[in-house]
Amino acid sequence: MGAHRNVVRGYADELRLFGTPAARAGLVAMVVVFLVLPTVVQDDFWLSVLIYVGITAFGAIGLNLLTGYCGQISLGHAFFIGAGAYVAARIGGELGLPLPVWLLAAAVLGAALGGLVGPFALRLRGHYLAIVTLGLVFIGEHLWRNLTGITGGNSGTPVTAGASLGPVDFGALNLFGEVYSRNQGWFWLVWGLVALVALLAKNLVRTRPGRALQAVRDRDQAAEVIGVRAGRYKIGAFMLSSAIAATAGALFGAYQQFVSPDEWNLLLSIQYIAIVIVGGLGTIFGSVLGAIFVGALPALIDRYSDAIPGVRTGVGSEGFISVFALNQALFGVLIVLFLVFEPRGLAGIWLRVKAYFKAWPFSY
Amino acid sequence: MTAFLQNCFAGLSLGSTYALVALGFVVIYKSTGVINFAQGGLLALGAYLGYTFSNNLAVAFGVAVLLCCVSAALVGATFERIVLRRMVGQPPFAVIMITIGLLFVLEPLVTAIWGFEHKQVNNPWNIRTVEAGGLVFGVRDLWTIGLTAAVVLAFFLFFRYSSLGLAMRVTAFDPEAALAQGISARRVYATSWAIAAALAALAGILMAAGPGGLTPSIGFIALAAFPAMILGGMDSPAGAVLGGLVIGLAEALARGYQDELFSWAGDNVSVIVPYLLMILILLIRPYGLLGTKEVRRV
Repeated sequence: MGAHRNVVRGYADELRLFGTPAARAGLVAMVVVFLVLPTVVQDDFWLSVLIYVGITAFGAIGLNLLTGYCGQISLGHAFFIGAGAYVAARIGGELGLPLPVWLLAAAVLGAALGGLVGPFALRLRGHYLAIVTLGLVFIGEHLWRNLTGITGGNSGTPVTAGASLGPVDFGALNLFGEVYSRNQGWFWLVWGLVALVALLAKNLVRTRPGRALQAVRDRDQAAEVIGVRAGRYKIGAFMLSSAIAATAGALFGAYQQFVSPDEWNLLLSIQYIAIVIVGGLGTIFGSVLGAIFVGALPALIDRYSDAIPGVRTGVGSEGFISVFALNQALFGVLIVLFLVFEPRGLAGIWLRVKAYFKAWPFSY
Repeated sequence: MTAFLQNCFAGLSLGSTYALVALGFVVIYKSTGVINFAQGGLLALGAYLGYTFSNNLAVAFGVAVLLCCVSAALVGATFERIVLRRMVGQPPFAVIMITIGLLFVLEPLVTAIWGFEHKQVNNPWNIRTVEAGGLVFGVRDLWTIGLTAAVVLAFFLFFRYSSLGLAMRVTAFDPEAALAQGISARRVYATSWAIAAALAALAGILMAAGPGGLTPSIGFIALAAFPAMILGGMDSPAGAVLGGLVIGLAEALARGYQDELFSWAGDNVSVIVPYLLMILILLIRPYGLLGTKEVRRV
């Protein structure tokens, strides 16, 4: 008689990515949704929302590696995202190099900048590190405003980076005689890259480096005692996370086609932190869930603001609160509610639901 | 020399504001282990409440200042009671996010009630100045420095000699031992939030009475007070005051000598001076100037 499908008999079973039939069915469902969604939802508004959500998920995975797995708090994510966007503008747009080159260039620059901040992570702990990385956002903003040759200064710079991979141009897809819009192409590009980086991150955290990162997070000195080079892993986590952030920034810039220094502010960093926390610290899947949740909410409010009473949609219209202010307030309320009632985030809810069905018909 | 002293005076006045806000950070951090990002929101709320008392209800400015501090303190204590009390024992970063959430609620609330317009608070100082020894002192700056000194002194006396102050210090040192001695941790937490909010409101109304007037972006000053707190050491009230003054002086001097010394670094270098200074000092002293070095055990 064969063992039950959920029985784990060894370490290798435990580590399998899609070990159960349910998980495999989930994988198939995700692939189908990925392939079919842009052809079903052709509306440019919703596609662009999904693309921004994808880019945010990409960056959030990087932050979760750093904060959720390595326990290093960074409020400087916006700085690295901005740096990546300018790489896309200069290397992808001005020099006209292809997609893989400017994505990699952004990752390399991000890693280098992260390596510069890394030494602070060694000396400082917790809150001190959070505030130093907060300083990074302001220093970065000053740089972006003054390095006019690279960033275009206050007035911003166009990003004309192309999105073609070999013969396939995601900006104007033409497959099997079928012509797809820019948004449809970008959806496949961005979410394909999200899947790639999620797999990379998942593989990282379920193998030796990931275990080491978690040991450093839980107690770095104890980790040193059992032979984990805590310093090396802290800097490594910073570099990896900034590289991912910069790549996300490059995608953001190239999709939006224009960037200005106002975008890389503290609010952006805090949004990423909120995504990681709302999604669930220390879970890759949670970063994606959080990005969908936090990223789609403002778009929904923006879209349906006419139907919400008391909201001012235009300059002269009635209402006591603007769409932007309502967004911000709701964002704040959500963070508070989430943390008070579900500190483990969306991934925590998901795990509970999963555990319930796994143990069914027994309640625990 | 006159220009230098004049810049130093401006720095002291700015630094006093930073010191007030940073002291609020430290009070909350010391007793609850939380960095309060909502300090800027409380500052803005306090300043606007002061505006309402002073302009709309036409009470005397001194009374308005008192009233706005008291009402901000109530808001702070209420928030602690309703939300943060539930978070005791949660990871510190989750609690920090909650304070960020509060900031995001307070900011739109302030603009929804008072609007975005530039407002001028009725106050007895306005732009009056006194001259002494070739220097020009703004009356408001003098009052800011004086009031800050008085409030800081009062705080230290309270912290050192009153039984509630003692309870706060004990709770900061060892919460469990404090509970075992019959100290009400709830009262201590609520008090720290009330004190921090009142300090922020005072800083806010003093700023609003100045030449800049009152705009919703007034809360940003709290962000520049972060370096002040870190510079002095997060768990040291004296460090917060020292850090505030140092940051204020550095910023004012950088602004004063912008054209002569810092033109190569772009416009408004003074805005990032607090952060650069903070990073420099942390490289040398990772726990700030007066902070206690954390002892870590495996």
